[in-house]
Amino acid sequence: MITLTVNGKKYQVAAPPDTPLLWVLREELKLTGTKFGCGEGLCGACTVHLDGVATRSCITPLAEAAGKKVVTIEGLAVSHPVKQAWLTEEVSQCGYCQPGQIMSAAALLKSKPKPSEAEIDGAMSGNLCRCGTYQRVRKAVHRAAAAPKGGSK
Amino acid sequence: MNAIVKLSRRDFLKQSTLVGGGLLLACYLPFPGAVAADTAVPFAPNAFLRIGSDGSVTIICHKSEMGQGVYTALPTIVAEELDCAWEKVKIEQSPVAPEYAHTMFGSMVTGGSTSVRSEWQRLAQAGATARAMLVAAAAAGWKIDPAACRTENGAVYHPDGRRLSYGQLATKAAKLAVPPQVALKDPARYRLIGRPLARLDSPAKINGQARFGLDVQRPGLLVAVIARPPVFGATLRGFNADKANSVPGVRAVVAVPAGVAVVADGFWPARQARALLEIAWDEGAGAALASAGLRQQFATLAATPGLVAHRAGDVTAALERATVRLEAEYEVPYLAHATMEPLNCTVDLKADGCDIWTGSQMQTVDRDAAARVAGLQPEQVRLHTTFLGGGFGRRANPASDFVVEAVQVAKAIKQPVKVIRTREDDMRAGYYRPCWYDRISAGLDADKQVSAWRHTIVGQSIMAGTAFAGMIKDGIDETSVEGAADTPYAFPNLLVDLHTPQLPVTVLWWRSVGHSHTAFVVESFLDEVAHAAGTDPVTLRRTLLAQQPRPRGVLELAASKAGWGTPLAAGRGRGIAVHASFGSYLAQVAEVSLEKNGRVRVHRVVCAIDCGRVVNPDTIAAQMESGIAFGLSAALHGAITLKAGRVEQGNFDDYPLLRLDEMPQVEVHIVPSSEAPGGVGEPGVPPIAPAVANALFALSGARVRSLPLTPEKVLAALAKG
Repeated sequence: MITLTVNGKKYQVAAPPDTPLLWVLREELKLTGTKFGCGEGLCGACTVHLDGVATRSCITPLAEAAGKKVVTIEGLAVSHPVKQAWLTEEVSQCGYCQPGQIMSAAALLKSKPKPSEAEIDGAMSGNLCRCGTYQRVRKAVHRAAAAPKGGSK
Repeated sequence: MNAIVKLSRRDFLKQSTLVGGGLLLACYLPFPGAVAADTAVPFAPNAFLRIGSDGSVTIICHKSEMGQGVYTALPTIVAEELDCAWEKVKIEQSPVAPEYAHTMFGSMVTGGSTSVRSEWQRLAQAGATARAMLVAAAAAGWKIDPAACRTENGAVYHPDGRRLSYGQLATKAAKLAVPPQVALKDPARYRLIGRPLARLDSPAKINGQARFGLDVQRPGLLVAVIARPPVFGATLRGFNADKANSVPGVRAVVAVPAGVAVVADGFWPARQARALLEIAWDEGAGAALASAGLRQQFATLAATPGLVAHRAGDVTAALERATVRLEAEYEVPYLAHATMEPLNCTVDLKADGCDIWTGSQMQTVDRDAAARVAGLQPEQVRLHTTFLGGGFGRRANPASDFVVEAVQVAKAIKQPVKVIRTREDDMRAGYYRPCWYDRISAGLDADKQVSAWRHTIVGQSIMAGTAFAGMIKDGIDETSVEGAADTPYAFPNLLVDLHTPQLPVTVLWWRSVGHSHTAFVVESFLDEVAHAAGTDPVTLRRTLLAQQPRPRGVLELAASKAGWGTPLAAGRGRGIAVHASFGSYLAQVAEVSLEKNGRVRVHRVVCAIDCGRVVNPDTIAAQMESGIAFGLSAALHGAITLKAGRVEQGNFDDYPLLRLDEMPQVEVHIVPSSEAPGGVGEPGVPPIAPAVANALFALSGARVRSLPLTPEKVLAALAKG
């Protein structure tokens, strides 16, 4: 049994330690907001926070997440400036990649509250969007960076 | 074309009951917390609308939401005519039923950029009819002429200011006869249509709560992955599953027509076990397929006359008379749709019925295919449409591949199962945008006017061999020649002909279908012609479109907004393309630069669109941005290639998609119009590849006639100069 802390809640998980965190979140904990896109860490749809760092859960073994704080899209407050900016800029289309985009953006803004264009490129180019919402992703990151502090955790 | 559904409420309820224990219970609710409340249905005047006694308005959407915004655009049309409070609108996905059939195709389909175009009339009628009944109910109570009443924000108003809410009137209105047809609003009075209303599905999509097919949960649900044939047309000879069966969590390994299915408690054990399968395939003739050979075969065909798709004047004589003659060969590769959500399907099959959850663009076809595999009647199959993690045509497969295989597995194991494709499975299983090879020539007369245009197209038919084959006329699959045979340009002598080779590689509609290829060829070659004539590319198009106000309108708008003809920053080039598709007219101007290594960078795209009447301008802007990004992935990166019958690509490392750092600044300009609505989901795609290729030529003199515009091809074209 591996103890996992997800969105502030502790879980005992029986899955083998090499199981990717993604499938534990989705199939064992029924947290399906984190998406499967490529299985190789190439598209970012599975992005979660591991101790605050944006991490591709599809290539992160369960064992590596043990003892760390996992935050998924479900654990990020609706009032979080990134989520609010996503609504204001109407970023979502099919929406499948957006949880990953939002988790990447939230981690970026935590480490770089006022990111430059190059820093946005660097942090967000690992998240593919087949609908091509990138222009709005960029605008939403800037909007969230400009949002007043508070209202989020 | 807009057949109005003439079902009385009683007919409708009767039909719904037949469909499966009542429409309401059969509905899939993709939103969390959405409940099919008010099962008593105070007021359901038609298949698209229910009004509860609490005033709640539920609009039933029979189109699949795959990002294009139908869950917002279609309810907007209903709500506009109903005059309800927009904030109270809830959406529910329709089940599969005759009343939800596409007005043009006769079965449930979301595709062809048709949703707003084909549904506007009947959804407006649905809203207007309900409003008329609510007004009649109020007027009867007040004993006044209904014409004296007005409606606003979900209530009927008496001339003296008294008011009854729709909720208060619902039960009474339900007792009235449904009027056959009522007058629609004067567009000047629109309150919702034409405004950038927020998408109704956004809140669920930023919280991880929107349910896609992959997110479906069922009690006792198993997960399967399938080992599919490594080459097209291969058949299973035998397999050894001993090692696979030893993986903890594996429940079964079974041969099904689609391949060998590994069923387990979850995705990971299934995938791990599949890697341990030992399988022998009879590969057949497909193993000889290679992209290089196909190219040779297509090029040979292109040099011979094909079946005539369009002929005007005498192109041979005109070419002979021409003062200047140009000829070129163009080619584009197979492309995968690569939806972000890999294909998947969940099936719960019982002896007397079957439930299916998937993101489908072609529900009736998929349901019927599932029924055939399951040995059930179509009415015994309930297909629940989830959100689609991208569609682009891939989830509109006449062969229903991802549904059929899941039913096969469910039938074999007799337990509820979700079949998941890995990214590699998804990318290698065919149903690609066809690859094309084109030979094209043009003649200029002594006045430097285009006097002849001859275009030979070689590529597979999408409709051949499917239920759509009946739409092929005289050997011409219209989707093979659209955008070329119906060119708006005034070419006095025009010939478009077609070769349709048959190959085992499966092909399918890919966002913008034939236009994704013809726009690149026609618009690139027209640019070549302009340069050969010494005419500015915008001027040449303006002349050729003299009698075509709508395409000319977008040409002028895009050119003017992009500053066509004004100086550019050093190292930048500008290119333009115009293309009409799916009832809309577009022009795009791309600004590019070129890196020393041959990499093309696209910095800015100005897009002008005339799509007639507009429901939601922000959705249109979003679809243009989306189409441009989708088209750029193909223009710069995309190619599916074959070697020894095997698809050489598998994931996003070897089939790259456009990334955020490659996204240009996109500006969208919408032509104000009262024309009939056009499509917006697909038309943004076709013009971008030629606009970029033309910009590259303007910048560097390199003419690349093959997509994608890889650094190798760009450098080779530069060297050729």
